[in-house]
Amino acid sequence: MPQTMPRSLSLHVWPMLAGVLLAVGTTVPSHAAAQAQPPGVSLSTRYVAGQKTALIVLPVKGVNGDSVATILARDFDYSDRFNVVSTSSAPVVNGPPNYPLFSRLGVDGIVQPTLLPSGWVRVALHDVSKTAVLNSKDFPLPSPALSPAWRSAMHGVSDAVEEWITGQRGIAQTRIAFTRGGRVWIVDSDRANVTPATPSGMSPQWLPGGRGLVYSVLDGVRNPIMMTDLGTGSQRTVAASPGIEHSSPAIAPDGRTVVYARGSESGTDLYAMPIEGGAPRRMTVGRGRASTQPTFSPDGQRIAFMSDRSGHPEVYISDLDGTNVELLTAAAFGDRDYRAGPDWSPDGRLVAFQSRNGGTFQIMTINLRDQSVKFVTNDGRNDDPSWAPDSRHLVFSSTRAGTRQLWIVDVETGRSRQLTFGSEARLSAWSPRLLSQ
Amino acid sequence: MMRVSRLTLVLASTTLVLGACRKKPVVAPQAEAAPVVQPQPTRPTNTTPAPAARDTMEDYRTRLAATRARLLETIYFEYDADELREDAKANLDAKMTVMNANPAVKIRIAGHCDERGSDEYNIALGRRRAEAAKRYLTDRGVDASRIETASFGRERPAVQGTTEESWSRNRRDEFELIAGGDQLRAP
Repeated sequence: MPQTMPRSLSLHVWPMLAGVLLAVGTTVPSHAAAQAQPPGVSLSTRYVAGQKTALIVLPVKGVNGDSVATILARDFDYSDRFNVVSTSSAPVVNGPPNYPLFSRLGVDGIVQPTLLPSGWVRVALHDVSKTAVLNSKDFPLPSPALSPAWRSAMHGVSDAVEEWITGQRGIAQTRIAFTRGGRVWIVDSDRANVTPATPSGMSPQWLPGGRGLVYSVLDGVRNPIMMTDLGTGSQRTVAASPGIEHSSPAIAPDGRTVVYARGSESGTDLYAMPIEGGAPRRMTVGRGRASTQPTFSPDGQRIAFMSDRSGHPEVYISDLDGTNVELLTAAAFGDRDYRAGPDWSPDGRLVAFQSRNGGTFQIMTINLRDQSVKFVTNDGRNDDPSWAPDSRHLVFSSTRAGTRQLWIVDVETGRSRQLTFGSEARLSAWSPRLLSQ
Repeated sequence: MMRVSRLTLVLASTTLVLGACRKKPVVAPQAEAAPVVQPQPTRPTNTTPAPAARDTMEDYRTRLAATRARLLETIYFEYDADELREDAKANLDAKMTVMNANPAVKIRIAGHCDERGSDEYNIALGRRRAEAAKRYLTDRGVDASRIETASFGRERPAVQGTTEESWSRNRRDEFELIAGGDQLRAP
């Protein structure tokens, strides 16, 4: 029954080796096949069903111990990189864990958090097969416990532990901005702390580091692009003029340039301007046809956007000055009629977008190297994907459960979960990692 | 006489409804005119010989209300299209007659969409719907400075619902008097 193959967790100094070892260490018996994986491929980018590392979070003593264990276990689960064994099934641990007991549970790694009298949390990661502590660290937690800042710090702990194991920091310590009821809201990646962020507006985008949001307001007067500082709550106008629609902003990776769609009697075209103010520079010339929904490449040198210049909506890529335009989506789909909402992955490899096939929009990705496409949804209507910083998870709106709500999907496994509940939620943006809170 | 008074009632109720529309353009749904060409209302002055003085005043108000209603009547579009339908063109022809008789009148045209396309693209599509109506009027001699345009995308639906019936009433241009409304004359 128990696995006799060597199991091993490895520190991030050997992430590539760890990927192979972890793949071997799980319950799939294809030892040789796993070893045949080419070197240089890490676990995080080469998911194979059934080969996830099994983690267990031990129960935590203290007033907020249950919350600590629950948050960490849920974060590991939502990362879609681990099989999380229920905390309640953990053998009692006093002193060193009884590793063979955990081994029989199929556990590869034990996460042992301890709340310290100082209010910090100590986390030890045990490698069951090595019967040893792989890593241990004390993390500061802001007070009061269970506050949004405390929860954010706890997500940071999850992300650090994930990095110990996979070599890549997790995405639990992130937030998602979205549009609901004519204003912008923010929610934590684990659904907690649903909070209004602006008095009005739609289509939010994050500034680098998550320090603020840029969004549009369709008020019928000056239809501005606005910016809010999330530290102070202040709002300021970035671009506005009477009788013009400014919509669908995108922010350059360096945070200095905003690109937006400008709708006037000459059509809807993309403009770029310095975010701190300056003259807008026209990027597209649609002659009455529309170009909108820009998204920057991670190096800030190119943009993807949607345009109906060919007669129906498709996704294009161009240089920042509007030259070197390439049609990105049509080759892969023939005459299917509607592509929109592109979002460029932070690792630069993929563009996610919505495509209408047989009457409803589905989320797809296209690989920029070989143009290969992949469906990541198939249920209900799905709109406006936005990448997580891990370039693996997407948030988007979906009607699959009735009213339009935000959902998250792991494009590696197809596993999805609902992020928002209540009245309609749409037009969302996943934050960058929020390291210092 | 019977016919005239009934027509007056109909037009008066239309005026009431449109009055309500103008105050709160977001709401309007049930009472709004169906997306078809309204028959040209009969002009009471032509059919009623030698009207009494009181009837004439009533006629005048009726005609004025009809003029205003014609100018502000919503036009509708096909899905994902900004081409003007034939009923929309007939409606714009009637609007043009009103505008030609009222040089002080200025209007704003706001394009709207149903919820089916991409939300952000709909802002561009709504703009094109407004521009299509404006271009129809200016191509026929109405001065461009008398017409403002705007788009609300799908953000301000006339009616809620996920049927073609609801969608067809949301794909529209709404018209608003922004100047000259107080001196409006029937053509």
